[in-house]
Amino acid sequence: MSEIIQGPRHGCALGAQQTVVAIERAIPILHAGPGCGSKLHRGLSLAGGYQGAGYAGADAIPCTNMIEKDVVFGGTDKLRDVIEGTLKIMDGDFFVVLTGCTADIIGDDVGSIVSEFRELGVPIVHAETAGFKGDAYKGHELVLEAIIKQHLKPAAQIEKGLVNVFASVPRHDPFWEGDLNEIKKLLAGIGLKANILFGYNSGGIKALEAIPAAQFNLVVSPYIGLKIAELLEEKFQTPYLHYPILPVGGIETSNFLRTIAEFAGTLSEQTEKFVAQQEEEFYHYIVRAADVLTEYRLNQPKRFYNINDASYALGFSKFLVNELGYFPIHQFINEDVPEEYKDTIEGYFKELSPEISSDITFTQDGGAIEDKIRSIKALTAPLVLASSWEFDIAKEISGLHLSVGLPIIDRLILHHTYVGYKGGLNLVEDIYSRLLSKNRE
Amino acid sequence: MSINLSQPAVELRESRLKTITGYEGDAAELLSKNDIPNRERSFTQCGSCSADQVMNLLTQIQDAAVVEHGPAGCAGDIPMRNGVFRTGNKRMGYNVKYLNTNLDEKDTIYGGGAKLEKAIREAKRRFNPKAIFVTTTCASAIIGDDVPGICNELEEEFGIPVIATLCEGFRTNIWATGFDSANHSILRKIVKPARQKQPDLINVISFEHKFLYESVFRQLGLRTNHIVPLSTVEELERISEAAATVQYCETLGSYLAAGLEEHFGVLEIKAPAPFGIKASDELLREIGRVFHKEEEVEKVIISEKEKIAEDLERLRGRLTGKTAYIAAGGPLAYSIIALVKDLGMEVVGTSVWHHDQKYDNDDERLNFLRFGVETYGNFKVGVCNKQAFEVTNAINKYKPDIAITRHLATVWAAKLGVPSIFAGNEPTEMLYDGLIRFGQSIDDAISNPAYIKNVAKHSKLPYTDWWLKQGTYSFLRSEQNV
Repeated sequence: MSEIIQGPRHGCALGAQQTVVAIERAIPILHAGPGCGSKLHRGLSLAGGYQGAGYAGADAIPCTNMIEKDVVFGGTDKLRDVIEGTLKIMDGDFFVVLTGCTADIIGDDVGSIVSEFRELGVPIVHAETAGFKGDAYKGHELVLEAIIKQHLKPAAQIEKGLVNVFASVPRHDPFWEGDLNEIKKLLAGIGLKANILFGYNSGGIKALEAIPAAQFNLVVSPYIGLKIAELLEEKFQTPYLHYPILPVGGIETSNFLRTIAEFAGTLSEQTEKFVAQQEEEFYHYIVRAADVLTEYRLNQPKRFYNINDASYALGFSKFLVNELGYFPIHQFINEDVPEEYKDTIEGYFKELSPEISSDITFTQDGGAIEDKIRSIKALTAPLVLASSWEFDIAKEISGLHLSVGLPIIDRLILHHTYVGYKGGLNLVEDIYSRLLSKNRE
Repeated sequence: MSINLSQPAVELRESRLKTITGYEGDAAELLSKNDIPNRERSFTQCGSCSADQVMNLLTQIQDAAVVEHGPAGCAGDIPMRNGVFRTGNKRMGYNVKYLNTNLDEKDTIYGGGAKLEKAIREAKRRFNPKAIFVTTTCASAIIGDDVPGICNELEEEFGIPVIATLCEGFRTNIWATGFDSANHSILRKIVKPARQKQPDLINVISFEHKFLYESVFRQLGLRTNHIVPLSTVEELERISEAAATVQYCETLGSYLAAGLEEHFGVLEIKAPAPFGIKASDELLREIGRVFHKEEEVEKVIISEKEKIAEDLERLRGRLTGKTAYIAAGGPLAYSIIALVKDLGMEVVGTSVWHHDQKYDNDDERLNFLRFGVETYGNFKVGVCNKQAFEVTNAINKYKPDIAITRHLATVWAAKLGVPSIFAGNEPTEMLYDGLIRFGQSIDDAISNPAYIKNVAKHSKLPYTDWWLKQGTYSFLRSEQNV
């Protein structure tokens, strides 16, 4: 039995609409109930640092708005009408039909409707993303899988240096757009061209169609995107590199870049110089922060909780332990992690550093998180890297709270990132600005 | 008209109020008929569902818990609902008391009853609430879990109301029905017969703000019960003790106000919502009549008007002749017209989400559309069920000086280079000083549209040029009552 949820965060599989909205000039088409699209937009985009509607998101998303007679008689005719209307009204290059609970339970044959349009040459695919199938990370993988299986064709030629990046999940992870663009810049520094697929200047349908031409796929997450890389290997024989740790700060980012350069075969004096220079700049600022970071009177947090998805919780834990000298108390992984990955993820937290490890709990239930935190006696006021659900529990334990995971309703996030050298500095600035404003205001 | 509280499910707006969601025409025609058939669309964009509006009210009650029986995505509205709750609830410092049963694929096959029972027990344990509302979703309704049965059993065991609120999204095309479902539950299971009537107490049906009308009511010596958001279960139990109820939006308050009158003897104030000067006068005079404070009301009206006279003169000087397009829920859009007209502006068109052809309390004084037409003249109306493509098309056609929208992303108007203000769920635009606040917002938006111009210059709408040239309502079907 899946657990009940207090403090909902990661939506449902139909959250795949967010992935589609993040593809430039792509249009999602929902075959779902009337409220699904709006709720998921608010839960994932609006409550994720006020990301806005995007090109064709929020209330611009075409939807069949299934009502009772559709449940009784089926909704495929309605879907056909809405697709036809979409092709006239919406100005898009690529269309993705996504089904919700209602359509999947009653068993509408969406595939055959969509193939009517494909046969006419419309660039359209479909994915079954009923909410009961899992969270929006699951939906993200389902929609990518559909695009790969239904739309992509083998490349005439592999483009050396081209890398598909599967990292922060678009319009779901609040910092996705800044993260992906930071990774793009970093990879450029080691001679690689990143195909980030989503967000500003990512290329839309052309970027999707270039996926099979990549030299390799890069998965930057403990597990999200792994299935996609495996599928691409199977279908197009593209090799992949799985780098499980979202790189934050000097040590991890340098390791990240060297690992990739080695895998790609671009490791050279020039790439080494780029890494060394970036790292040096990072530590220039870290050194400058020393006065504040060693100040006794500020009641510095030296211990931390992460309440986040597996990727950010791990990336932040590594950073706090290895760059800032913090101690983990307990970490909470709050998305619907498939059973098969849980042991591996636990293993990553066992080796945050050679000496330091952290226990973790997988739970989507905010109530269980709060109960656990209340049961722990913290030695000093902890840092709580969490979501806006945790304002109160953080206050209860006199913790320093920063919203860095969905939902974030107390920050406007545009291009902010916690990835790379820049991301590490951003995290330091954000944590200590919060500490200072709390103490000095 | 009668409010039937015997069943867990509320009677839908489609049948109760003959509500329509597709129409093109004008206010005068809408007024002259009450049997206009609905027109459906052959193309639609994401709407909203009644479960969403149920949460708009029930999650905002201070000490009640809500258990939503559905997949986790149905909780997508909850993080922002919590934001609204915390904003309105600043000093309390706690989150909404909400649990989701997180239905998965197995539950859709074997049923989710056991999980629901577990969740309700957890809600009781975690939140120690004074009442638990259990709401349904498309998935839980289609698989057929017996929600009322489970609620009744636990209600007996817990000794607090455990209320099945049936609001699955597919049941109705009119999401405002969600407000009715929530209010139906409150009327059915929370409100108790009055122990003692309180002649100076007035119920104010509104959202998460407590200042609405307050200064004026204080001057009249009236105490206010702001309902439903931010009230407590105990306060809701006793709303039957008020002498009267006032509401400003049929979409939100019609059912509750009429139900309180019919089943608990609380009079509904029969007057237009206090948008603009004339409506404010009429509402206050009606309140004066009901509470026997006619003289006090006249004094208040004079002094409130004196307070705003100078600002109103200034704003009229700046705004006269400017044009506005209004896109909002039915009665509220009609009310906003009063503001715009009082400021000297022209209304070039309106999009309303739905149109109720009857009212729960069948009294012409509550017909906000009639008040608008009779006071300010006829205007164009499109009933568009919150369809952004129609609203964007219309704004593009009219190119108004300002677009006033609710519920819809304002970015679409901005992309057209049209200054836009989002008139949210905090109706600070009511009564005399509200007119000034609203007018100042409009003037500020129009007077330096730099941001809007930047947005327009650097963005593109997701619509084809073809669509922007078509008739706004060209995807409305001609078939009737399909």
